[in-house]
Amino acid sequence: MTLGLLAALVLVLAIGGFFLGRQRALSTAKGDLRKLHSLPGYYGQTVALFTAVPAFAFMVFWLFAQPALIETRVAKLLPGEEHLDLVMSDVRKIAEGLDLLVARGMLSNATVSDMRADLSDVRSRMGDVGIALGSNVKPAVFQAAKRYRALNNMGHTGMTVAVLAAALLGFGFAFMRIRPEFRARNVSESFVKVLLIAASLVAIATTVGIVLSLVFETINFFKIYPAADFFLSLTWNPKFGGGSELGIWPLIWGTLYVSLIALAVAVPIGLFAAIYLAEYASKKLRAIAKPLLEILAGIPTIVYGLFALITVGPMLRDYFAEPMGLGTSSSSVMTAGLVMGIMIIPFVSSLSDDIINAVPQSLRDGSYGLGATQSETVKQVILPAALPGIVGAILLAASRAIGETMIVVLGAGAAAKLSLNPFEAMTTVTVKIVSQLTGDTEFASPETLVAFALGLTLFGFTLILNIVALVIVRKYREQYE
Amino acid sequence: MTLADMSHRPSLYTLDARTKARNAAEKRFRLYGITAVSLGVLALVVLLTSVLGSGLGAFRQTMFTLPVTLDAAVLDKKGNRNPEEMAKATTITYGKVLTQALAAVVTERGLAPEGMKTKEIGALISKEAPASLRNMVLANPDLLGTTIDFEVLANGRIDGFFKGRVTMESAELDSNVSPAQLQLAQAMKEAGMLRLAFNPAFITNPDASELRPESAGLGVAILGSAYMMVIVLALALPIGVAASIYLEEFAPQNRFTDLIEVNIANLAAVPSIVFGILGLAVFINYAELPQSSPLVGGLVLTLMTLPTIIIATRAALKAVPPSIKDAALGVGASKMQTIFHHVLPLALPGILTGTIIGLAQALGETAPLLLIGMVAFVKDYPAAPPEGFLDPAAALPVQVYNFTQRSDPAFIERASGAIIVLLVFLLTMNILAVLLRRRFERRW
Repeated sequence: MTLGLLAALVLVLAIGGFFLGRQRALSTAKGDLRKLHSLPGYYGQTVALFTAVPAFAFMVFWLFAQPALIETRVAKLLPGEEHLDLVMSDVRKIAEGLDLLVARGMLSNATVSDMRADLSDVRSRMGDVGIALGSNVKPAVFQAAKRYRALNNMGHTGMTVAVLAAALLGFGFAFMRIRPEFRARNVSESFVKVLLIAASLVAIATTVGIVLSLVFETINFFKIYPAADFFLSLTWNPKFGGGSELGIWPLIWGTLYVSLIALAVAVPIGLFAAIYLAEYASKKLRAIAKPLLEILAGIPTIVYGLFALITVGPMLRDYFAEPMGLGTSSSSVMTAGLVMGIMIIPFVSSLSDDIINAVPQSLRDGSYGLGATQSETVKQVILPAALPGIVGAILLAASRAIGETMIVVLGAGAAAKLSLNPFEAMTTVTVKIVSQLTGDTEFASPETLVAFALGLTLFGFTLILNIVALVIVRKYREQYE
Repeated sequence: MTLADMSHRPSLYTLDARTKARNAAEKRFRLYGITAVSLGVLALVVLLTSVLGSGLGAFRQTMFTLPVTLDAAVLDKKGNRNPEEMAKATTITYGKVLTQALAAVVTERGLAPEGMKTKEIGALISKEAPASLRNMVLANPDLLGTTIDFEVLANGRIDGFFKGRVTMESAELDSNVSPAQLQLAQAMKEAGMLRLAFNPAFITNPDASELRPESAGLGVAILGSAYMMVIVLALALPIGVAASIYLEEFAPQNRFTDLIEVNIANLAAVPSIVFGILGLAVFINYAELPQSSPLVGGLVLTLMTLPTIIIATRAALKAVPPSIKDAALGVGASKMQTIFHHVLPLALPGILTGTIIGLAQALGETAPLLLIGMVAFVKDYPAAPPEGFLDPAAALPVQVYNFTQRSDPAFIERASGAIIVLLVFLLTMNILAVLLRRRFERRW
């Protein structure tokens, strides 16, 4: 039974449960609504909830647990394999191929269980259904694949039975409890509350998922590549055949250089725009200019990336880099930095605008009363008062800049270099995450796994920036509330 | 300043040097502000015009109509109109048929330059045309033996010639096109055969390979993006609303609630590529969901959009005045009834606005999708949902990235064109959000 069908069946059971539960409540009260503790709909609701929710929860849990359980059991059949990950992916492929062969009627289940890798040509048969295998199949691997397939099939049947059983049990349990004095509304409301709590835990689960997946693979990476080299080496030079040098410093330098240029563009423009819009602009101008600037934040980053690639890059190369003899590449730190600067203008301006507006009017009035001009008030009273908030806004913008991917992928280039020339192509942490994870290298190699270590570095970096920024902004808000 | 100094000043209306300097500083400061605002707006204008300017060309394509005689003796050798046997005639055969048809027309009108080979003339036709002609004939074998007017796209280089990308000089150095072919194209244009017309296939076609930019389209990408948006909407809206209701209305003030809140604020600022790594590690490597499927993309984007929706929903819930809750509680409704029957309906417009904005954000997101295999070249449309959620598909922003990674400059035009389509979708969604807010927003 496919997953969709199973889910549909559970849903039908739940809907049926609603009407049956309602009906039963009415009949136990002999049609007299006043005898019921709750409205009849609530009796139906409890039955529906008890039928559907545990069954679905069970299904999701099973789907997540099954692969891990089966993999460990199958892996035991393959002792002494060096690259277990690779072999397991072959096992999965073969199992998938067998499934396809059976599904297309080219083999029967009985012949599959008699099939042996040393007797029949598994590889060409797999080729028939479009599964490409690198080498001939070893008997042990084929046995493992058959076991894998059998366990998987068993797992699916087991899940179907278990989920349906859970649904029916829930249905029966809730249905039998229906009596006029049964507090159906309270029960269903507590149930809904549990669901609400579960929903709010998704956010925590996401964070935990991010941290776990990053940390696990990073540990794997450090098992095959020395951590000292990663953190201390000054060269980044991945090679296909092994012997790569994977020092993070060129990437960090590129990231910081691009972000620095971006901030150098965005902070003055964003800050002055915020000051102007908050202190000087007429209502009309503000109503037009503010949304226009905010559009910049709503434009997808790929659009900025393309802008860097086709407009800014060639322009900088033709009018600045080549005449000044600084480089001939259209993708450069300057290109990416400028475009990224445009992108984060609204992050600086919107937040600073809010913060400047939050400075109490009394401070301004006091300053004007002493004879200060408007600009003197801004420079000497408002900005110092708003400074912590503005610093927070700039830190948030910096964290955006560091984590930005598409602009640097299309605008900054791919060469990892430690150079000061802003018209040279350099690369960033995010670019390398993309290129290491979209390449053709095998997953268990240091060249791929390094992406997770880079991801962890990036995550940690932005997390610290965000937390510091949030704390500063929050403190600042409290100050004037 | 002493009184003696003051006496130098003839009148209060004459400004002294210091006041002048202060006023000048004031003016300068104001100028900086205006400059900053104008720079920001200018950047927006330049960005949009640059993309629109280079992308509009993608919607118009050089094409011509060719009378093609479908000779049954060539295309159906057995002569029994059985599609299975007709399938033996490959695209190469159909390519020859098209080439001969074009050569015939061109020689008849005397357009071909002296000594041009038939094969060279045929190269003006898009490499995709034989396949589409073949599919057309296989779908309708009755066409055999007739002469049909077949609409073909011109080769990407020819198209580039009329759009100014390809010149006679560049053609000299180009192995894919010769100046003679460009002359022929020019002659055909002057004879009224070639035309630059709106090309709906850019929206509906699937992607095409490196050598046939003219037939590359956005069909699969639009479909894939639509599937992902369906998944994001179906998951992020209920989960986001449920989480917001709990946090806003039920959660006790304690450490745990604080942890959740900090968490959500942080997730909103985590770089999007990190979500891609999460998707790769959890959904693809661990749960073994198929790569480049809309399901995985949708799940990753859901997790990314959740904080946006939660923040918007909480603001909307907060905006409902407590008097309404008090009234409902006062007449004996339970807390759950109060929220679901009264607060939630009143907060709905705000929630929907936030959801649409979150969806718009998800629609434009590229980086996480790169990591879950959406960069793969996909030529087949995904099936109808729900099975289609597991088929490989592309996504609009990723398609833009894919186009930029190819060497033929014709793809840059298509990348910009794809961005125009993306921006049209985003604009529509944002206008919808604004209208919703205008129409239903209530000030209490």
